[in-house]
Amino acid sequence: MIEGILIGLTTALTFQNILMVMVGCFFGTIIGMLPGLGPMTAIALMIPITYGFDPATGLILMAGVYYGAVFGGSTSSILLNAPGVPGTVATSFDGYPMAQQGKAGKALAIAAWSSFAGGTLSAIYLLFMAPSLSKVSLSFRSPDYFALMILGLTAIAAFSSKGQFLKAMMMVVLGLMLASVGQDSLSDITRFTFNNMNLTDGISFVLVVMATFAMSEALTIILKRNDPTDAAKQVSLTELGSIRINKEERTKMYKTIPRSSVIGFLIGVLPGAGATIASFLAYGMERNVVSDEEKEKFGKGSVNGLSAPETANNAACSGSFVPMLTLGIPGSGTTAVMLGALLGFGVQPGPRLYMTNPEIFWSIIMSMYIGMVILLILNLPLIPYIARILAVPKNYLIPLILFFSVTGIYVMSFNNFDIYLMIGIAVVATFLRLYDFPMPPLILAFVLGGLMEENLRRSLLLSNGSWEFLWDRTLTACILATTILIVIWHIYKTFKKKN
Amino acid sequence: MKNVQKQKRANKSLPFFFRDEFKVSLVIILTSIALLITTFTFDIVPPILNRGIQPATFPKALLVLIIVMTLLIYYLATKNPWKVEKKLPRSFFLTLSSFVIFVVVSKTLDFFLAISALSIFVSYCWGEKRLFYLLLVGIIFPIIVFIFFETILGLRFPPGIITNIYYS
Repeated sequence: MIEGILIGLTTALTFQNILMVMVGCFFGTIIGMLPGLGPMTAIALMIPITYGFDPATGLILMAGVYYGAVFGGSTSSILLNAPGVPGTVATSFDGYPMAQQGKAGKALAIAAWSSFAGGTLSAIYLLFMAPSLSKVSLSFRSPDYFALMILGLTAIAAFSSKGQFLKAMMMVVLGLMLASVGQDSLSDITRFTFNNMNLTDGISFVLVVMATFAMSEALTIILKRNDPTDAAKQVSLTELGSIRINKEERTKMYKTIPRSSVIGFLIGVLPGAGATIASFLAYGMERNVVSDEEKEKFGKGSVNGLSAPETANNAACSGSFVPMLTLGIPGSGTTAVMLGALLGFGVQPGPRLYMTNPEIFWSIIMSMYIGMVILLILNLPLIPYIARILAVPKNYLIPLILFFSVTGIYVMSFNNFDIYLMIGIAVVATFLRLYDFPMPPLILAFVLGGLMEENLRRSLLLSNGSWEFLWDRTLTACILATTILIVIWHIYKTFKKKN
Repeated sequence: MKNVQKQKRANKSLPFFFRDEFKVSLVIILTSIALLITTFTFDIVPPILNRGIQPATFPKALLVLIIVMTLLIYYLATKNPWKVEKKLPRSFFLTLSSFVIFVVVSKTLDFFLAISALSIFVSYCWGEKRLFYLLLVGIIFPIIVFIFFETILGLRFPPGIITNIYYS
């Protein structure tokens, strides 16, 4: 392995490859900030350029774009509540409130350091555990996925403020409903499409996020304009540029980062899961383990709440490389595009990759780490300037948010129907927000809903309609037992508090 | 605090069908019932192929859950009324109506023209009356973005009056 690391370092540390990582990170950050243009689009746009290089350099460039896009997505999540990338939706839950409190610079710094730490730790996990983890990922079956999705839904507790639990639950069910629109994956039967071809593929996740977050946020800002508490927020905009993280915040991050990186990496390794689910799970898990005092801060600008999804989504990016490099199975849409590019180079990923093409295997792993360092060096000094976006007067900022939302959704699907659907959902979401219905549970359920139903039905199919699959496999039973324990713990704590 | 209590009291004094809790719950329940009826029109997987649940079962269960939870939320709201929002500002409705303008313009004239109209209209509603800044937000900025998407990223926008001029 040492020999492999040295090969990787030698390849990754050439001038050309360092330059490629830098270009990739910068380009990715810009693309990631634009709603609708996620890492998948960014990498797809890079493919024709990479064919001019050797495979290792091409992949290094694409890896840089990948990380840059995820970081760029966090920036728009924190500053505008308009997640540029699905994997950074959970970042907005605490990042945006923090920015609204005049701590935008700090929020971006926490995101940058957490991303860096998450990426670094996951690169280490990848280095030592890639081959063995690929076998573990293949042992996951439908019942295990179903149990994992149920575990993910326990994160809902994080979004239900006092007396709002039912409303949060209601939004979960609504999210699951939205996820059920379109062609049923197991039977090809269409549901809730009303004979409209545009709905056959279901509703896009980015569309729902843009509608419920960015657009409805823009509309809600109008309502807050005359709010006296808003005036206080405006005053604190003078502190936008401060990126100093104090000792107390650092201590919190030291605890959050290792556990979130493990969750993120492991979820990233599972085919089909990816950074979005990883960030939601890490957010929910983090809330379950922090103190009661910190729990209260979740959703209102918690350091742990921001650090956890940021660490996890970067760790998941590295994790998704495991099945791609070791088995030739893409763990996410983005790695699927990269796999296509690899095949275009004439490189066949799989168990023999690090024997036949060690320079590619190891240089990607090493360049991931280098990419993280470069991302940090590039972005940290820019944070005070990026944070100034919040100081843009609202009469320009709101049209710009609407403009980017509409353009972003259009360039994602090239379909006007998606824009009209987004506007419709945004209007409904704004009214629901007015009556204190929280939006994050809807997004959480929408992400997990499709996979949850699909795996539930597949499990029932495999077990001839019997529900025994819930306890037949040890792994399924363990995940479900953990879920039940978490729920019981929450109920116990609530009763204890009441008494 | 006193204002909130006053608002709550004011809301409580209204007949139940005028209260926001009732109106919101009614809309949700009626929509759910309509969707529930729709689920009975979904195709059915033949029994020989079906070893689990039908495609309609999961949404049916969710819709029943929504109805039950809405009733519960309404019941709780009768005991503890929702905080009534102050009258919604004019700019809120103007922004909503700008979406209608956007849809009409993008369908009939041009996608980019519609985006420009949306940006100018929203900016104007928000109090920007200076022509230069309105032009900046509504025309110059969309042009820059259009060129960026079109030339650098190679993405093509739908045909329309303005885009046709550019493409021709």
